[in-house]
Amino acid sequence: MNQRTARKAARRSVGSVRRTCAPWAEPGARPLVEFCSVTKAYGEVTAVDRLSLSIYPKEFFALLGPSGCGKTTLMRMLAGFEAPTSGDILLDGVDVTAMPPHRRPTNMMFQSYALFPHMSVWDNIAFGLKQEGMARPDIKARVEEMLALVRLEALARRRPDQLSGGQRQRVALARSLAKRPKVLLLDEPLGALDRKLREATQFELMDLQADLGLTFLMVTHDQDEAMTMADRIAVMDHGRIVQVAPPEEIYEQPANRYVAEFVGDVTVAEGTVTGIAGDIVRIEAAHFGTLEIDEEEGRARMDAPALVALRPEKLNIGHDEPPQTVNKVRGEIWDIAYLGDFTMMQVKVGGDDGPLVKAAIANRSRRMERPFAWDDIVWLWWDVEAGVLIDP
Amino acid sequence: MSAPPVAGERGRLRAGRVLVLALPYLWLAAFFLAPFAIVARMSLSDSARALPPYAPHWEGLSRLGAFLSALDFENYALLASDTLYLDAYLSSVRLAAFATLLALAVGFPLAYAMARAPRQWQPALLVAVILPFWTSFLIRIYAWIGILRPQGFLDAVAQGLGLTDAPLGIMNTDAAVLIGMVYSYLPFMVLPVYAALERIDRSLLEAAADLGSPPWKSFWTITVPLAAPGIVAGCLLVFIPAIGEFVIPDLLGGPDTLMIGKVLWTEFFSNRDWPLSSAVAVVLLAVLLLPVIVFQRALKAREGSR
Repeated sequence: MNQRTARKAARRSVGSVRRTCAPWAEPGARPLVEFCSVTKAYGEVTAVDRLSLSIYPKEFFALLGPSGCGKTTLMRMLAGFEAPTSGDILLDGVDVTAMPPHRRPTNMMFQSYALFPHMSVWDNIAFGLKQEGMARPDIKARVEEMLALVRLEALARRRPDQLSGGQRQRVALARSLAKRPKVLLLDEPLGALDRKLREATQFELMDLQADLGLTFLMVTHDQDEAMTMADRIAVMDHGRIVQVAPPEEIYEQPANRYVAEFVGDVTVAEGTVTGIAGDIVRIEAAHFGTLEIDEEEGRARMDAPALVALRPEKLNIGHDEPPQTVNKVRGEIWDIAYLGDFTMMQVKVGGDDGPLVKAAIANRSRRMERPFAWDDIVWLWWDVEAGVLIDP
Repeated sequence: MSAPPVAGERGRLRAGRVLVLALPYLWLAAFFLAPFAIVARMSLSDSARALPPYAPHWEGLSRLGAFLSALDFENYALLASDTLYLDAYLSSVRLAAFATLLALAVGFPLAYAMARAPRQWQPALLVAVILPFWTSFLIRIYAWIGILRPQGFLDAVAQGLGLTDAPLGIMNTDAAVLIGMVYSYLPFMVLPVYAALERIDRSLLEAAADLGSPPWKSFWTITVPLAAPGIVAGCLLVFIPAIGEFVIPDLLGGPDTLMIGKVLWTEFFSNRDWPLSSAVAVVLLAVLLLPVIVFQRALKAREGSR
């Protein structure tokens, strides 16, 4: 019990250290991985399109995007399994574009784990070290260290087919960490695990990364995974990077409509800028009436078309009309999805041809009777800080 | 259907199950065990001028004692004492082993290339491997006579290219027998090896490369161990028929080619010594059983360690 509490406390402190880590923002920081205008084309299909990206030491970096967006190709080019059609890849200042995979100081945890079925857990972990020509006692020490790290000491002699999915995942992790790679590549690392195990493993991976001081590059299509674990996320679409930012920024300041809609739920109001007063931008939007948002970066232009992204949890919902004159809209509840921790409402605003607006209410009380029902006419309203101006 | 008691239905299910399981055993008993028993019994008999040409004959249960006392191991003693038979066995094992190694040397790269070929080509390549079976085995061996004989196709090509003036003289030698056997049994090597190679997950080789293993090394540490069951199966499928081969040494081999299949044929048809040739066959079976048992043991050990 005590041990457990201690571990939890340790985790919390590690977590807080991790959050303050922002190597990309430090002056004079040298990137560990650099993609310089990298293109990968398969015949007519361009998987990665003139992409440039820098990843800094000790970062937990996530490539996020739907399948086919080029994120896996990008990672496989760093590992050396695919050669770029054009462009260069630098690793710790060295051009590795033409280097075969077995010479690169990166290691990868494969989505399928790719454990060698004819070798024991021990031999799987030792495989990479043997290739290095490491001395036998050193190999033994390192493998034991890795087994302890992933808590698999008791299963060292087992073969992969005698392990559970979670255990296999940990073997794969131990094997890819054994050589202390400059960058650890994680290809959908938790995809094959069930939800509970996935959540536990997410935190384990984060702790491990912070404790070992390694650089992790993860590919995932799961936004929750990226948001939970990564220091920075690159959202990809059609072989290009749309936005690179920490998770909070990706969510609260999405660069454009694609990012806003890919990460989390959102309603986008389309309108025209009709007034700018200091930081407050006034927008007239069809179905929404007058919107006012706090826009500090001065991106709004008078009379220009504008998109406003509204996150569901930032909207208030009620039966009575709110006193404010702007940032409110009346509508009809079309759908209610009770999700336990919160309830997601779909509210049709501006008549039958109007948009469906998503609004979330947190279920803070255990009252079983809900204040809202299907077909209720309700008001939605929000603060000036709620909406964010985004690019199309 | 609700009327009969459950027990009856269960009984019928059981009977059905027993029948399904019994069929293959009955088949084996009728077409393998029984003929083998006859051969084994014949191998203990003596040659005789009679029809069928051996003694004693089964004359009913009442004379069982006399029947049994007439059986002996004379033929086996002869096999052990006459070096001709031992030489024939050894020579067969040697030739078959050579043929197996050559088939592996040719078949493995073939199977590897097939497994690595684009997926849509693979069915066509498989058909190409099996295609020779559409032609009669004998005709294909006769074709090799045409190729290998003095002033045959091979000589013509070699001389045409200016490689040699004299005939190569391959026909009627052990080399010709080897060529014939490798050619004939190659598909039996290629198919199981291909099946094993095709199953190997390519990400395993990527993982090996990722961990610092150059391709040639991954071949020995990943590909070969994972293909081992296919390689062993292919070797057995070539070695077993090759060791008892009769047609190929008879048609392509020379007077010096000594193979146990040929000895067996001679004893049976030329000398009409059915008991002795039966003994040769029984010993041959024992020789063949050995590698199979070793293989089974190895497989069991492998499974056991899992």
